[in-house]
Amino acid sequence: MNLRRDVFQAIADPTRRAILVLVASQSMTAGTIASNFDTARPTVSKHLQILTECELLTQEQNGREIYYHLNPKKMKEIADFVEPFRKLWEDRFNKLETIMKNYKPKK
Amino acid sequence: MEQKTKINAEDGKQELLITREFDLPLELLFKAYVEPEILEQWMGTKVLKLENKKHGSWQFETTDPQGNKHGFSGVIHEFIDQQRITRTFEMENTSLGAQLEFLEFEKLGDDRSKLNMHIVYRSAAIRDQYLQFGMSRGMDLAHNRLQKVAEKLK
Repeated sequence: MNLRRDVFQAIADPTRRAILVLVASQSMTAGTIASNFDTARPTVSKHLQILTECELLTQEQNGREIYYHLNPKKMKEIADFVEPFRKLWEDRFNKLETIMKNYKPKK
Repeated sequence: MEQKTKINAEDGKQELLITREFDLPLELLFKAYVEPEILEQWMGTKVLKLENKKHGSWQFETTDPQGNKHGFSGVIHEFIDQQRITRTFEMENTSLGAQLEFLEFEKLGDDRSKLNMHIVYRSAAIRDQYLQFGMSRGMDLAHNRLQKVAEKLK
């Protein structure tokens, strides 16, 4: 439950979501990640710390650089990984249902 | 709270199953899929083209909050009124490629119907990538709701 709360908080923030999408394409250093945002560098570091703490990102030392990877295994392990996708469809289908309940056929 | 929409995404598989039961007659459920002006409302997309027939094609376009346009398109392989639509789906300008979708519409009663959506991707990796992409987009669209959930969990 604790983990789930953390992950929800982690992905509730738009910058953190943007970081996940960015790192999903390729692993990169904190500097490279920060250069993609207008946000102050310490703020980005804080976001990276949160994402790393809940294991959505993993760190790998490569020489003097630390690279951040997306941890897709972790994301899949969390049942809620599919949840936003499900919710997207749930919202669409709810809308469909509401629209069609009020539908008046043109005769 | 009851979850009406169910998603089955088994680990390591290249497919996805979405099911949903509606408090609607089958006829109305199907109509929501074939009438462009209705589809536009619930899918939140612009319908540029929708040929509801075998060998027909379709083309949607959505505009994100930043004003960027995203194209979606495919062809229709099978179209059986109030029963089944088999089609391809592709998110244009992404590396995800085409996916195959089997939509089955089922009558459960006079005012009850069910949709089974079976999606087959090129690989399991692409399916997961798609789910991740769905996560970021879905999160934006359903953000307020999720935030409420997150706040409750604090």
